[in-house]
Amino acid sequence: MTEVRTYRRPMSIWWWTKKRSYFVFVMRELSSIFVAWFVVFLLLLVRAVGRGGAAYDDFLDWAASPGIVVLNFIAMGFLLLHTVTWFNLTPQAMAVRVHGRPVPPAVVIASQYVGLVVVSAFVYWLVTR
Amino acid sequence: MTKRRVEPLVWLMFSGGGVMAAVFLPILAFLFALAIPLGWVARPDHVHLLAVVGHPVTLVVLLGMFVLMLVHSAHRFRYTLYDGLQVKRKTFTAVLCYGAAFIGSIAAVNVLARLA
Amino acid sequence: MPDSIRLEVTRYRPDTDSEPQRQEYDVPLRKEWTVLDGLNHVKNEVDTTLSFRWSCRMGICGSCGMNVDGEPKLTCATFLTDYAPGPVRVEPLANFPVVRDLVVDLFDFMERLPRVKPWIIRDDDVTEVDGEYLQTPEELDAYKQFSMCINCMLCYSACPVYGLDPTFIGPAAIALAERYDLDSRDHGARERLDVLIEHEGVWGCTFVGECTRVCPKHVDPAGAIQRYKLKAAKESVKAFLLPRGTR
Ligand code: SF4
Ligand code: FES
Repeated sequence: MTEVRTYRRPMSIWWWTKKRSYFVFVMRELSSIFVAWFVVFLLLLVRAVGRGGAAYDDFLDWAASPGIVVLNFIAMGFLLLHTVTWFNLTPQAMAVRVHGRPVPPAVVIASQYVGLVVVSAFVYWLVTR
Repeated sequence: MTKRRVEPLVWLMFSGGGVMAAVFLPILAFLFALAIPLGWVARPDHVHLLAVVGHPVTLVVLLGMFVLMLVHSAHRFRYTLYDGLQVKRKTFTAVLCYGAAFIGSIAAVNVLARLA
Repeated sequence: MPDSIRLEVTRYRPDTDSEPQRQEYDVPLRKEWTVLDGLNHVKNEVDTTLSFRWSCRMGICGSCGMNVDGEPKLTCATFLTDYAPGPVRVEPLANFPVVRDLVVDLFDFMERLPRVKPWIIRDDDVTEVDGEYLQTPEELDAYKQFSMCINCMLCYSACPVYGLDPTFIGPAAIALAERYDLDSRDHGARERLDVLIEHEGVWGCTFVGECTRVCPKHVDPAGAIQRYKLKAAKESVKAFLLPRGTR
């Protein structure tokens, strides 16, 4: 067999800016940074709560400073992107069956939102009670 | 016989953390990062919050949640570096990402243990 | 409607070109003409040196895949009128080495396809000689979607993970593995899992989901890969928890 001279096209480092769906994908993956940030943020909160009322108040004052608020708004946007994309992909990632019958994707997605609402309501009640 | 591998287990933790981040994190982040600091919701009383957070069940749930979410972040960010930025030093990146998650987990144990 | 449309076709002639070039052709814009018809017009009437693959012209053979305006498409099922007034960029499928013009080298895929053992594996000695393997309509439905693949490679071309790391076994191959795993006549799931649980197997996939979006046969390779991850994870947890021998 004769050797075929083929041309390999290099993949640009900016490949993910070339198509909308690729861009959304990379943004979805970058939500990981903000998930980690919120974990750190909540850990700082828990630490402050443990240190007493004054530390707790200081923490909330710090959290209300403009820089942190802006950061948290951005982070919240990415977190919601994570939630929405995660829920949307679940039916594709696993075949859910009830009594041997496949559950339609829309039902799987909807039930996750129900779960989200229930959990959120519970946490809200627990915190503000 | 299936060989013992870590990839599947890390992936399971990644998925678990993804669920946690999707379901629990939005309300926690909304309350404590935006609503309470900005005064949309009244500041919960410190004594009450301490009682809630210091409850053994809360502590265990929080610990599990924090660890899984950290692994989730580390895993996802690692692949973002590979794919998005085409980072070539793969082992180094992996050590860095999971290492950060590990350190974060130790910190979480530390913070939560003080409340127990 | 204008009566012609411009095709911007990528050309690569390995004997003279050091890298691909672009060449423009104006072709008639007819309601029923596909991109492939446009290319055939060029080949027959304008420039006989243009090379591209096709065969069935009806979305069955899977050989006419190209990137049309940056999206992997079956050119025999992509109509020129959808791109009017043009121009339409026609490039060889992304992520594969180019052999000539719009023809890409699929050797990589051909080599890895047998690795996932896409055939029925039995753990008994029953063969066709003993009669057919019977199957109910429900059992057929379980894998039917994954059996629709025509190996057109659009999914590989859409997959950035494959583009960055060609050792990744890739969407269609994994979907095909799932197709046989879900077949009630097959007993080879374990053998395939041993292949796909390797690093080049399912773990490189970050669920971009583009493979499923571009698949002309609605195979959903992305879904197949995630389900494989879950399968692999379950087996691994078992391997850690259960003592040797009971596995
Ligand atoms: S899975 Fe779909 S896109 Fe991929 S080769 Fe098969 S038919 Fe083509
Ligand atoms: S020519 Fe056969 S699929 Fe297009």
